[in-house]
Amino acid sequence: MLTEGSTDIVAVTTESFDAVVQRPDSVVLVDFWAEWCATCKMLAPVLNELAQEFGDRLTVAAVDVDRDPEPAQRYDVVTVPTLLLFHNGEMTKRIVGAQSKAALIRELSHLR
Amino acid sequence: MTYSSTDLIIIGSGPAGYTAAIYAARAELRPVIFEGSQFGGALMTTTDVENFPGFPTGITGPELMKHMRDQAIRFGADIRTVDVDGIVLDAGVNTVTADNHDYDCRSVILAMGAASRYLRVPGEQAFIGRGVSVCATCDGFFFKNQHVAVVGGGDSAMEEATFLTKFADRVTIVHRRTSFRASTIMLERAKNNPKIRFLANTEVVEVHGNSSVTGITIRDVETGRCSAMDIAGLFVAIGHEPRSQSIAGQVDLDDNGYVVVAAGSTATSVPGVFAAGDLVDHRYRQAITAAGTGCAAALDAERWLASQEQGFAPAERTSN
Repeated sequence: MLTEGSTDIVAVTTESFDAVVQRPDSVVLVDFWAEWCATCKMLAPVLNELAQEFGDRLTVAAVDVDRDPEPAQRYDVVTVPTLLLFHNGEMTKRIVGAQSKAALIRELSHLR
Repeated sequence: MTYSSTDLIIIGSGPAGYTAAIYAARAELRPVIFEGSQFGGALMTTTDVENFPGFPTGITGPELMKHMRDQAIRFGADIRTVDVDGIVLDAGVNTVTADNHDYDCRSVILAMGAASRYLRVPGEQAFIGRGVSVCATCDGFFFKNQHVAVVGGGDSAMEEATFLTKFADRVTIVHRRTSFRASTIMLERAKNNPKIRFLANTEVVEVHGNSSVTGITIRDVETGRCSAMDIAGLFVAIGHEPRSQSIAGQVDLDDNGYVVVAAGSTATSVPGVFAAGDLVDHRYRQAITAAGTGCAAALDAERWLASQEQGFAPAERTSN
């Protein structure tokens, strides 16, 4: 499982999604993933590093779309991995497919 | 920008790249392999590989690639999980740029493979990852009980359509000709599937949607008449194109962009630059043929390096 061995990535479910994402003054990067998705597994270590390095200003969360399909439906996620970035509960960016760490840092560069 | 140099760089991480890495590492060429952020090549999205010799009960694509990668690492291949930003090929002094670092090398093996081809119609690009897909096994899950279209007339289109019926309640195969390139067995399998409908002589002209795909505009090739079709997903299976953009104008390519190699060899038009796998081969395109040419490229590179004995001055060479 994606969050296995990582204390830095928050596993979210349909029930806990809003509580994690819809917070004032928060920046949350949500990874939509599935067990059968090889590219998701490639992305996992990159997300782990991001969570460790930027943990003070960014929450990295992960939803298993098999177990919890509702958030994916709500945000029209139709491919995994998809990363959605939320600022204060509002979705501001959609990143599709596996990315290198450098590319993700570029995408998140405005976080200062 | 930092700088280092090495004898051999391998670009690509499919069966060709990893096999070249295994052979080059065993020959103590200390190869550096750029596998990219999406490593493993086309097999990473293949569920079952049933025709790779040595695996009588089959193996999944990602597992097979992990085995190859582990085998390369075992012999000391230096694998970098970064994307290459630039390649400059210049007979014996080649430069590969990745992660703000210039790597000079005497020999290069190009094994970047081929990428899925898209339709290049309005709306398509904007909806990639939002209903437009080139991978049914990756994205089919999201189309439970919906209507999806598959574009193409070859084996991969039939395979994608058949796979999608596990999730979708209706699958329409849209193909711009009346004849199908697909093999009889694959075509029959699709035709006998009650969830699959065929729409021949028809092409997709536009993709529509809001937050995700809601439909396409299709055109009857004979009458030119356009009509709308409501779908939630569009799976494009119209073949592949070589990832040769970064080397175009530097090595000889054929009319379709595939790298041209000397007959019976992996040598490109630039001395010391070799090419293997789907970047070269548009005919067989199998994991085993890619692995075979990857092996040949490593042996060719080894021979070429040995023939250039003088090489770089040792002072210039660093371990990374």
